[in-house]
Amino acid sequence: MAAVKQTVEHVASLEKYKHGFVTEIEQDFAPKGLSEDTVRFISAKKDEPAWMLQWRLEAYERWLAMEEPTWAKVSFPRIDYQDSYYYAAPKTKEGPKSLDEVDPDILETYKKLGIPLREQEVLAGVVGSPKYAVDAVFDSVSVVTTFKKELAQAGVIFCSMSEAIREHPELVKQYLGSVVPVSDNYFACLNAAVFSDGSFVYVPPGVRCPMELSTYFRINAENSGQFERTLIIADKGAYVSYLEGCTAPMRDENQLHAAVVELVALDDAEIKYSTVQNWYPGDPETGKGGIYNFVTKRADCRGDRSKVSWTQVETGSAITWKYPSCVLRGEGSSGEFYSIAITNGRQQADTGTKMIHLGANTRSRIISKGISAGKSSNTYRGLVSAHPKAKGARNFTQCDSLLIGKHCAAHTVPYIEARNGQAVFEHEATTTRLSEDQLFYARQRGLSQEEAVQLLVNGFVKDVLQELPMEFAVEAQKLVAISLEGSVG
Amino acid sequence: MTSPSDRKAMLAISDLHARVEDKEILKGLSLEVPAGEVHAIMGPNGAGKSTLSYILTGREGYEVTAGGATLDGEDLLALEPEERAAKGVFLSFQYPLEIPGVPALTFIRTALNAQRKARGEPEITAPEFLKLARATAGALKIDFDMLKRALNVGFSGGEKKRMEIFQMAMLSPRFLILDETDSGLDIDALRIVADGVNALRSPERAMLVITHYQRLLDYIRPDRVHVLSAGRIVASGGPELALELEREGYDKYARAA
Repeated sequence: MAAVKQTVEHVASLEKYKHGFVTEIEQDFAPKGLSEDTVRFISAKKDEPAWMLQWRLEAYERWLAMEEPTWAKVSFPRIDYQDSYYYAAPKTKEGPKSLDEVDPDILETYKKLGIPLREQEVLAGVVGSPKYAVDAVFDSVSVVTTFKKELAQAGVIFCSMSEAIREHPELVKQYLGSVVPVSDNYFACLNAAVFSDGSFVYVPPGVRCPMELSTYFRINAENSGQFERTLIIADKGAYVSYLEGCTAPMRDENQLHAAVVELVALDDAEIKYSTVQNWYPGDPETGKGGIYNFVTKRADCRGDRSKVSWTQVETGSAITWKYPSCVLRGEGSSGEFYSIAITNGRQQADTGTKMIHLGANTRSRIISKGISAGKSSNTYRGLVSAHPKAKGARNFTQCDSLLIGKHCAAHTVPYIEARNGQAVFEHEATTTRLSEDQLFYARQRGLSQEEAVQLLVNGFVKDVLQELPMEFAVEAQKLVAISLEGSVG
Repeated sequence: MTSPSDRKAMLAISDLHARVEDKEILKGLSLEVPAGEVHAIMGPNGAGKSTLSYILTGREGYEVTAGGATLDGEDLLALEPEERAAKGVFLSFQYPLEIPGVPALTFIRTALNAQRKARGEPEITAPEFLKLARATAGALKIDFDMLKRALNVGFSGGEKKRMEIFQMAMLSPRFLILDETDSGLDIDALRIVADGVNALRSPERAMLVITHYQRLLDYIRPDRVHVLSAGRIVASGGPELALELEREGYDKYARAA
């Protein structure tokens, strides 16, 4: 597929972080700072119904009473929530009806980013372009949603959250906040109050979504936090695979990113959610300017025999604080978590998963590969728990850490709670340093130092990479290499 | 058999002194290996045999304090390990490393293409590579499926050694160093490995066979045998020298050093 080749070539040409640019587009800002007025402004701007505004305002009330958590193994200066914008959208007259109406600057941004690769073909309406549906979130508001028709034929709803609130209020009301309650945690609560936009997916009973759904998020407005909200529902017997990838422009202010992703899988449904995250990690020496990524991702395996699989490749952000989790409620439901988390420079990551076994004969599998280089810190934090009713629950966890160099750190914090005698939990963990012996062995065979590191690291993360959809895996593999450039020698 | 002086040395080591941290290991080692010849280095434990192989291949942590080594007249010690590999220097490791998650075939193809690139040659195509790999594996009695597994992970000692020879045959180097290749091999494996090595003997290639025992030399017949003791070559001779060592041990040479 030509687009895949393009992807490979493009990613290969990235060389570290080239996404340092800011597109000049007239912004329609909410007033700086956070107040009830801000919440009302956002809701009004998006033309939301009263019930949505009410939902937001209640969330805001609760948020005021909450305190920022401090338990993660990350450190950063206190965030001044009043010194940030909570709404920024590219200005368009009525919303584009066709590509011609899309701001050329936005298209140019896609081009620079490499988002376009295959998507640009899609956006440009190239005949025979690959079938990837793109819901491009450009600075908080979905600009273009493609393939909607083809999806609609299958009965799949794939649109922006704003649109879903207008067009499918009954679904949104039923499921929004049902997996991650409004006051679940500080950042999720903040998101509930001020969420800007995000994706909404509904796959009806028995339908296998005809294409991979893909969304690229991108933070653009200077100093504007972004608060995506994504909701994916797979009805009985449905299947959907969703890809999320991100990049962000370089800047000096630290940017807060507090997204919420909710997945609901009903009986016999399966959701596969893959993420490649490549946000600006900050200056490698000082850590200045990177993104703060405080995300709440949770799946509810509500139906019997339902299945959710999270795969993530985390290479960016100054601070990552993220635990894609599965609530295994349905009998015989299963959850998977495959993760590669790479930290370099001054990056800090505290990431892992929670597998909450509530139903009988539920299964979960966790494969986590953490790589620390430079002066970074990488923590795996995970919880596997079995409710008294979760007879026959099974978990397998493998948690491997790789250290590159002498100034990085890796931590593993697994919590295991079995509240019945018939649960079987297995936990394996290793921590290794990238060995000088292995490097020399590879170099003796003709590989340069960088090539040797890449090969060894790719071997280390292979179990996870192979869980990614093919074309995503190629990008991810390149990204892994890019993120570790200059980390040895 | 031609004597060494008649041929131009491919590898020339002169008065090499080297140390690891504060300990001097090589103390004035000189050696010439002409193209087309196989030289054996024998010696007691701690004589500096492995140190020599690591210095020739550029491993970090070894400091050359005097003397030098050239390959085809070019200063070998100034090159990075991968540059030496591209020039055709290959070391069959005494303890081959495990590379988790990287299939043997992937590892070798990556290495082969890296060497080709360094030499300005085009990459080998996938069909060509597979064809070569199948033929080579067949000759070394290596199960092709083993090549799809992560390199050396869970391999027995003998399998690892055989995999070293497989890599050697695939990469087709010009100067081969075999470091204790016989250790850990049973007699059948030893014969297969030796056959693989002997198949690579050619007028364009030279080999340095480092071994503790004479046994390997029954299968890989050396042109010259050198005794390395306390960091220097203390005796050199024909294949008969290896037999003498087998009979009388290293005592005489340890004292001479």
